[in-house]
Amino acid sequence: MRGRDGRAGGRAWAALGLLAALSPFPAPAASPPDPLGSVLWDAAREQYLGDGPLVFDDRVKVTAPSNAEDTRAVPIAVDARSLPGVTELVAIADMNPFPLVLRMRVSGAVPYVATRIKIQQATAVHGAARTADGVWHVSGTLVDAAGGGCSAPPLSYAQSDWADHVGEVQARVWPPDADGVARLRLRIRHPNDTGLVPGIPAFFVETLSVHAENGPELARIDSLEPVSENPVFTLDLRPPPGTAALTLKGRDTQGGAIAARVPVPVSTVQRPGQ
Amino acid sequence: MSVRLLGAVLLALLAAPALADGPLVYGLTPRPIAPDTYVFEGAIAHFTRENGGNILNAAFIVTADGVVVLQTGPSRRYGEEMRAAIRRVTDRPVRKVYVSNLHPDYFLGSQAFADATVAALPGTIAGIQEEGSGIAENMYRLIGDWMRGTQAVAPTEPVYGSTVAMGGHRLRLIPLDGHTAADLAVLDETTGVLFAGGVVFCDRTPTTPHADVARWLAALDALEGLEFRLLVPNHGRIRADRACIAQTRDWLTWLDGRLRAAVEAGLDMTEALDLPIPERFHTLAVLREEYRRSVAHLWPRIEQAALPRVD
Repeated sequence: MRGRDGRAGGRAWAALGLLAALSPFPAPAASPPDPLGSVLWDAAREQYLGDGPLVFDDRVKVTAPSNAEDTRAVPIAVDARSLPGVTELVAIADMNPFPLVLRMRVSGAVPYVATRIKIQQATAVHGAARTADGVWHVSGTLVDAAGGGCSAPPLSYAQSDWADHVGEVQARVWPPDADGVARLRLRIRHPNDTGLVPGIPAFFVETLSVHAENGPELARIDSLEPVSENPVFTLDLRPPPGTAALTLKGRDTQGGAIAARVPVPVSTVQRPGQ
Repeated sequence: MSVRLLGAVLLALLAAPALADGPLVYGLTPRPIAPDTYVFEGAIAHFTRENGGNILNAAFIVTADGVVVLQTGPSRRYGEEMRAAIRRVTDRPVRKVYVSNLHPDYFLGSQAFADATVAALPGTIAGIQEEGSGIAENMYRLIGDWMRGTQAVAPTEPVYGSTVAMGGHRLRLIPLDGHTAADLAVLDETTGVLFAGGVVFCDRTPTTPHADVARWLAALDALEGLEFRLLVPNHGRIRADRACIAQTRDWLTWLDGRLRAAVEAGLDMTEALDLPIPERFHTLAVLREEYRRSVAHLWPRIEQAALPRVD
């Protein structure tokens, strides 16, 4: 309810604008209305982004199809490359039973993440990028859908040997471009179940971190229920020059470990197709 | 003004918008395309609330032993209108209905043909039994009230590759697959009309929700080898030549190759949604929309096959 108090007091804060500008403490932000008019945005914002300052900003681009062809795997991307100083990215599907899709800490990565998500019904998908000054920059897009993606049982369970393959990783790194940015694409075999299907407990990959081998962490993702079965991620990373491989470490909600080493190809050729 | 009259005026005002819209009618008109052979030509578009899902070329053949129907349309209402339109052409009963695949506009009018035998390939029958009600539900979302009273009814008679003689027409049933898991084409050897079903699209972007591109290309090769005078695709223009077999092949080959190249280049699926489409395809209807749907259908499998195991 703090966000609401903030709005009610907006006029008073505006009057104190000059003072606030001079003050070393930022004024509590009024919550601007969602340009997409999503009815659950205020609740999602409060729950996942807190009550810090927030602006809607077109420099954050959220890409998703306007119509979900497969509600169990809707491709989305949050791209804040045009925004300097991003430390964290968040993706939210407002109308989902579990709206928070992922949270990514960007240390040695370009502020870009793409994945595929389940959506339960037509929804706004919001992307938020926090800059070093603590401000959330947000935008979004609308996805229409037939529904049912979150409460549909994973196809994995139709295969009798699914349990033998949980946590298998497929991944590839493309050669770093002239700016030292290397793309990582990865797919993890996992039912990634929401727990919404009666009799099937929640079971999903919840953390993933990418390190340069023998080097720093480049990105860390908290991945949640909406991420699709057999989750797929696309990241653009800045490994230190000469990095021979990336190491991927992760864990699912039952403590299952995910581990992989992905070689970084040595090449001066720029990534084609971009 | 009496209270009763006032009430009547108010009621009329309330009812006016509904009446102005009128009842939903497809206005199906059979067009003769060959001896005994008629087609209901649909819009070259996607399913919308405006067209009520009338985007297909359903057809019928009037034989001496009764009427053969090909595809029953996207809704019960469509099937019923089709029945009425056939009745205006002939008094002969509808004996046989062929449904070419499990997509909604091929079979959701089947309730109107409960007194005839509705036949399909075994794979189509199984597909409709499994997915039919979900397919119908999605159509309710797409076209709304046009669907009133529509339920998915699976064909009852399995058919296989064979030639059927009926009332002076020899119909060759050709089992194919690739557009879906089971695609029935019907060649009327008597008139030379080939009902290609969903395997050939003509000036309309192919749809791929159940596609296996390699199998589909093989099906196009099989149709290419047939002798026919007129090709009726389920979607798009009716033509006397093979041009649309080539057009469908060209599109599928480009689509599959482009998505494979994009996966190989490291693109994400969201980036693939906006890839440019070569100019030669710009004449195809619903191009970008169907392309994006195809990315959703085909990309995950291509990606799964292409990314190496690393753990």
